[in-house]
Amino acid sequence: MTLPFAIIAGLTVGSAIAAMSLRNMVHCALSLVLTFAGLAGLYLQLNAEFVGFTQILVYVGAVSILIVFAILLTRSTEPKDEPATVTPWVGISVAVAAFLTMALAVLASPIGKRLAAPASEVSVKTLGQKLMTDYVLPLEVMALLLTAAMLGAVIIAMKDKEGSR
Amino acid sequence: MLGTGILRGMVETAKNFAGSYHDPERLTTVEYPEQRIAPKENARQFPFLVHDTEDPMKGLRCVACQICEKECPPQCIYIVKSKDKRADYKGQMQLYPVTFDIDLSVCMSCQICVEVCPFESIKMDTEFELSNTDRFGGLLVNKHQLAKSNEHYRKIHPTEAAVSDAALAVEVAKAQAKAKADVEAKAKAAAEAKAKAEAAAAAGPVGAVAPAPAPKPSSPAAATAAAPAA
Amino acid sequence: MAELFAKLDALPVTLKHLLMGLLPGATPEWLVSVVSAVLTITPILAVFPLMFALTTVIERKGLGRIQNRIGPNRVGIPLTDIRLWGFGQFIADGIKSLIKEDVVPRAADKVVHFLAPIALLIPVLLTYSVLPFGKNMVPLDLPQTGLLFFFAVGASTELSVFMAGWSSRNKYSLLGAMRAIAQMVSYEIPLILSSLTVVMMAGTLSLTSIVEHQAGTHFGFLHNWHLFTPWGFVGFCLFLTAAAAEANRTPFDLPEAESEIIAGYFTEYSGFKFAIFFLAEYLGLFAMCGLGITLFLGGWLPPVNIAPFTWVPSWCWFLGKLSALIVLFIWLRGTLPRLRTDQLMGFAWKFLLPMTLINLVVAALWHMSGGAVHIGIRWVVGFAMLAIPYWLLGRGFEASVGKRVYRFAN
Ligand code: SF4
Ligand code: SF4
Repeated sequence: MTLPFAIIAGLTVGSAIAAMSLRNMVHCALSLVLTFAGLAGLYLQLNAEFVGFTQILVYVGAVSILIVFAILLTRSTEPKDEPATVTPWVGISVAVAAFLTMALAVLASPIGKRLAAPASEVSVKTLGQKLMTDYVLPLEVMALLLTAAMLGAVIIAMKDKEGSR
Repeated sequence: MLGTGILRGMVETAKNFAGSYHDPERLTTVEYPEQRIAPKENARQFPFLVHDTEDPMKGLRCVACQICEKECPPQCIYIVKSKDKRADYKGQMQLYPVTFDIDLSVCMSCQICVEVCPFESIKMDTEFELSNTDRFGGLLVNKHQLAKSNEHYRKIHPTEAAVSDAALAVEVAKAQAKAKADVEAKAKAAAEAKAKAEAAAAAGPVGAVAPAPAPKPSSPAAATAAAPAA
Repeated sequence: MAELFAKLDALPVTLKHLLMGLLPGATPEWLVSVVSAVLTITPILAVFPLMFALTTVIERKGLGRIQNRIGPNRVGIPLTDIRLWGFGQFIADGIKSLIKEDVVPRAADKVVHFLAPIALLIPVLLTYSVLPFGKNMVPLDLPQTGLLFFFAVGASTELSVFMAGWSSRNKYSLLGAMRAIAQMVSYEIPLILSSLTVVMMAGTLSLTSIVEHQAGTHFGFLHNWHLFTPWGFVGFCLFLTAAAAEANRTPFDLPEAESEIIAGYFTEYSGFKFAIFFLAEYLGLFAMCGLGITLFLGGWLPPVNIAPFTWVPSWCWFLGKLSALIVLFIWLRGTLPRLRTDQLMGFAWKFLLPMTLINLVVAALWHMSGGAVHIGIRWVVGFAMLAIPYWLLGRGFEASVGKRVYRFAN
């Protein structure tokens, strides 16, 4: 475990804990952004530049904005006095179980047994070509899903406007 | 087409930019402390109190009626009335302000005090270099600093001053006429009283007396004396 | 002669190597890389903030002249009569903002309020790390992801803006932040799409390779900057428009519209923190201009490949182009009024976005037809394919905005 990895991992985990436990919703969202950034750092450590920067662009740049807007537009950011959850143990056990399943799956897969990264570095060009040839179906399905979601959002917004008139 | 307006605008500003360098006529501003533009006649900065006599404190027109104090929107005028009275410019006995302070830092130059003053005694000055190094005492302007002569007013606002002077002249004329009438009425009343007394003494009726122009009686004695005569 | 100029061109690089050579031989490797990084960062931190400082003065002077005023011309060297046409102003301003009281509202969220300016300045500075300022002068060459890095880091400024606006607990700050974010998110799409054309043509995300891709020549002397193609020209205009919106420059300066919301998201900042916001804003603009230069204006390449032009060092070309773009932005600021929010959004979604998509198609066609079709035909077709939609979309946009009817000004 190298020093940079320790720093980034510590930052990621620490901010993730903060995101769960802080009282103020906006603070939670900001900590979550730090977690996203930490994840991007981990990707960069793995030489996955493209994924790392896309993570920053999408999560730090866009998703975080979505989250804070959602918080601001739906509820007050003032912290309430009651505890965040009544029984933390249920949540914790679910999280541990999910993590264990994933970890076991990763360890059991051939990726888990590989020690070093593959010799040939994947360039962005091959990534794009793969997306447009081998994986074009998932890509298109995802695009369709997003378009449908956007249309849905637009329709909801439009209905609201007519109703208010 | 979209964008042509932007291009035209840019040509215009470019003309201004280049023009302002070789055509000083275009410039709308001057380099201030060295160069100055004479203030415009209807400029207004801060009120001053008008006085008519040589001694500013004696000749203040202000009668401490406190209308301006009440009307000033940011409430920056502070007036203390005098206990005694003194003759004002038309010879009437009036109160005068012992203290008249205006807070320079609060005044917003709205001119409302000028509008409401019934005695033409507070006016707006065009002096604009009002900065001060003392931020507490120096910004509270007292009546000695506020007092400025009517000549000054005529100089800075000639048109307005003419109107104000005319209004005052009318007031003074009225007051003089009234005073004269008062004096005449008094004399007449006295004469009548005398005549009446004489008549009473002589026990004979007096001929018709021309009716006086109904002057306000200046003393109760004259009033009682004039009443039967009317 | 040319030899000498080549030396001058490589001067910053040589200087760095010289300084690195001064390190004792036994220096550990990590220290060497730290020193190298510091030596690379220092000139960036010196040149661009200085440029910002000069820009503030030039902007005020220029705007003054545009409005037929004289502008600042007094502050020169202190205690002397030397006025330097007012160019000492920025030093006075800097000292002023350093020693001014730092007021934090009592209701503010202290930690976030403190972190916001830092979180804004750091990403802005990071964007400079991938810009090629000259030949062999790119601080951090990312051969795979240069452009992506720029946009990824640039996008994270939005969150800092939100932090500043939200933590101030002031309605104007929050409104300004909301406006800023809505605007930045909307204009990021045309910005990225207009840069994508260049990526398509150059076939790489590396900014250095993109510059080198423009090194070929037309007719043996005119460098083929991407600007000198129909899609490149239109792409550059679209890019500049979107960049102005990203950098909150007039006519897109709604987030800090003084007449409506005081100073927008940094209303509650004073003293040096305010100066940091100001600095970050201008540095962001410079970085955007730098990217535009790299993508469309041939980066550090001279416009023509003839002797006196090629003698000028490459970094001078870069800085010269940057200055020209800054002047253009000042000129625009002096000319255009501010847009309304609905016009702003309509412009992004109904005009810029379709135009960038059409531009993408045109660039693809241009790329496909390379070599096969006569250059003149490519030009005419490409130009027509862009001009006609421009005209139509522009008409549609103008109709949607509507002609303003004035009561008195007409
Ligand atoms: S000008 Fe207005 S604010 Fe100033 S003293 Fe007169 S009434 Fe008050
Ligand atoms: S300045 Fe005028 S309104 Fe004010 S107290 Fe004096 S007389 Fe009255």
